[in-house]
Amino acid sequence: MTDALAGRPAPDRFAYWQALDSGRLLLLSAAATLVIASFAVVARDHGINWNLPVAFGCFIALGELLRLALPGGREAAPIAMVGAMSYALLMQMPMGPGYNPHPVRESPSLVIAVAAVGMTVGALPHIAAGRNAGITGMCTRLVAVACVAFLFRDVALPWVLHQPWDRQLRVIVPLLVLGWLVDAVVGALIRADDVGARFSVAVRDELRLQWPLGLAVGASVIISVYGAVTMGLAELGVFLGPLLVTQVAFRRYAGIRNTYLQTVRSLARVTEVAGYVEVGHSRRVSRLAVSVGRGLGMPETRLLALEYAALMHDIGQLSLRDPIPGGATVLVSAADQERIAKLGAEVIKEAGVLDDVAELVRCQSWPAEGHNPAPPLGSMSIRAANAFDDMVGGSMDRERSAAALDRMRLDPAEFDSAVVAKLAEVAGRRVASRL
Amino acid sequence: MVSRPAWLYIGAVVAATAALMVKMMPVERPSGIDDPLVVLITLQLLFLVCDSSPTPLASRQTKWSPSSSATLAAVVLLGPVAAALVGAASVLTIRRKVRPAERLFNGAMHALCGLAAGEAYLACGGTVGLPIPRDFPWQIIGPFAAAAVAHVLANHALIWGVYQLNKGSPAQRKEALESSLPLLLAADLGYASLGLVIASLWPIMGPYAAAIVLVPLFVARWAMEQFTEQRRAYAATMNALCQAVETKDYYTRGHGDRVSRGAGMIARKIRMSSGRTEAIKFAGMLHDVGKLGVPTQVLQKTGPLTEDEYAAIQLHPMRGLEIVREIGFLYEALNGIMHHHERIDGRGYPMGLAGHEIPEFARVIAVADAFDSMTTTRSYREARSIDQAFNELRRGAGSQFDPLIVEAFIAAVEERGWTLPDPVGQPADLGTVTAQDHDDPTAPLQVVDIP
Repeated sequence: MTDALAGRPAPDRFAYWQALDSGRLLLLSAAATLVIASFAVVARDHGINWNLPVAFGCFIALGELLRLALPGGREAAPIAMVGAMSYALLMQMPMGPGYNPHPVRESPSLVIAVAAVGMTVGALPHIAAGRNAGITGMCTRLVAVACVAFLFRDVALPWVLHQPWDRQLRVIVPLLVLGWLVDAVVGALIRADDVGARFSVAVRDELRLQWPLGLAVGASVIISVYGAVTMGLAELGVFLGPLLVTQVAFRRYAGIRNTYLQTVRSLARVTEVAGYVEVGHSRRVSRLAVSVGRGLGMPETRLLALEYAALMHDIGQLSLRDPIPGGATVLVSAADQERIAKLGAEVIKEAGVLDDVAELVRCQSWPAEGHNPAPPLGSMSIRAANAFDDMVGGSMDRERSAAALDRMRLDPAEFDSAVVAKLAEVAGRRVASRL
Repeated sequence: MVSRPAWLYIGAVVAATAALMVKMMPVERPSGIDDPLVVLITLQLLFLVCDSSPTPLASRQTKWSPSSSATLAAVVLLGPVAAALVGAASVLTIRRKVRPAERLFNGAMHALCGLAAGEAYLACGGTVGLPIPRDFPWQIIGPFAAAAVAHVLANHALIWGVYQLNKGSPAQRKEALESSLPLLLAADLGYASLGLVIASLWPIMGPYAAAIVLVPLFVARWAMEQFTEQRRAYAATMNALCQAVETKDYYTRGHGDRVSRGAGMIARKIRMSSGRTEAIKFAGMLHDVGKLGVPTQVLQKTGPLTEDEYAAIQLHPMRGLEIVREIGFLYEALNGIMHHHERIDGRGYPMGLAGHEIPEFARVIAVADAFDSMTTTRSYREARSIDQAFNELRRGAGSQFDPLIVEAFIAAVEERGWTLPDPVGQPADLGTVTAQDHDDPTAPLQVVDIP
């Protein structure tokens, strides 16, 4: 059940250390340094009142337990983020017998230590259930929280504490945006490394995908920081209800998208079962085409359409009376290829919601040069990936793959040279990863 | 149209609300609030914004809005009468296509809910006015929880009344409401506590408290909308793909769609949960997808089949399973696809299961499947009438079909009707015709006997 958009499968608890690359290692060591330094500072401090740390720690742990799988194999923990960020930004709480608001004097180190412990505790059930531990995501969140905690508690707090709330927001809102940007950029860095996307595209994807959740988290943090002034710690319980409902809404959204993709992926196999194409063909073509598209800088929204189109690129063959021998469309005449592409596009257009996908399928038979209008990049990727797979199939043989690529290079009018170059890179990586 | 009892009901709700509000006049000034009118108008605006942009739920007809948080904030800040006035703002909703009767009823209903919540809050010892830290946690959370529960109960009870009386409302709408009830209740209770959050933010932010709470609300609404949109896209894509599969056979076009509909009707009749109903509709849609793996010449063969050819047909449920296995939808749906040709007497295929060994999904799909096969035209016979098909189903009950499911299906069709597809003529292209239908219980496949 790995998501093709996530690129290589997310590292599980056994493979994590093997999957470490420079970006992950850097992030992990940054987070580890933060945690160790914070624990050292907290250990020397003997005057800590443990009510707040325990309450926020539990809230963060719960949030981490209720992680959210977002489209594209991402993982977020919005409730944990709300807990940690509001702890980092907490200014006043009612305390003592008079219930008067008192300034909260937690050190940033305590905030980081509590967030780290809360996240770890919340991750334990995931690990026990054999799921992805999500260490990378936790480190990313911790670094974002640390940035906000240090800047606010050490630099801004003495200055804003006695200001009116609207003045305070002028500091808090930029800090929240900063925290969100840190989260998104570090996430994009890791992701770009993982799936071979361009960093700038990955950052834009991350920002575009995460802004609704980021907005909800930011507003919730503000609500929770000021709610605490009146409600004290009870606020954490009162506010949990709305947060949970919001989270359920996101979960359902992410869930249906996942089911959608799985269904298309499975149903695309009807052509295989019916004997029109080789087993595994549509899946291999979609994996190759998406990797090529990503390498050429396509954003994720277009990659999803490309993935659907690549999965269903042979669906038009269902309208043929008898299967083409071996299913290799590269071997049939250009007119037949065009007809299959057109029939497939009609089938997909029937759905009424996938017109961009239908367009990619329709244009897959167009040659790279000499066709007016020129085919879209996605169609050229599908065409090249399809031809490559027709010639190589599931084989991992280097020489066969090199011969196929050479043959495609000789025909620059048919296959776009940039696409073929990327395909060679992707196919090379694929072989290397199997060795 | 609004029926006469419904009008009486609406009138009663309006009158009761008005009488109760008059009885509770005059109202004391809430503690700590300088300008109650500003609070009231802000909360009314919040209510209107929420009410005017509801979130569509399972279907287009059921909508949900977090407007109760405004009413409940008024309960804490201003008391029951003000809460009723906030709810009454619903009359002014700028949602389109709201009939006057509906407007009137919504206003009165929300007002009555506000009154009920306010009374519950006071009865449990809540104090009206700006919340102070000393009230937290228990002196305010207990009464507030009571208010929230009272609000939800009153709301659902009054709406339930409308559905009972308003015979004009389509059965589907009622079903949609019933199926999303648990979700609705959870969302209502979850968002109710936002009322307390608004009230607690008020001492600091004043009216801006209402504005900031709208941000996460609108994001959640956005996510729900995305969900609905994706789900619609998903259904449309499934349909298109299934049609593509069915183009191979002229006579069985739309078969998957109709079996899905029939299976869904049975599922509701035997009171399956909404999640399982979804799953069985899905299974019904895809139950024959494995037929693609059966060579075309076998499907189109006239005359008795050889053992091998019959075996190829018997394999199609397994082929279907192979295709859909990786859809992490529901285990039961896969079972339904795999076993839809089992028979109660154990003489079916592919496993030869009998009686209650056969999964429920498969027993349901089998009935809907055979019914659609009989009521549509085949190359070797005309379509049968619905009554003839019922008789055939009854004849097969106990041997081929589960009798309970046959009766549930017949009852559901008699209740809600069944739309037959347009009768098809002889196709122009004879290459797309199946000569025998493996689904047709009245014309079993002929297999050559090997002496």
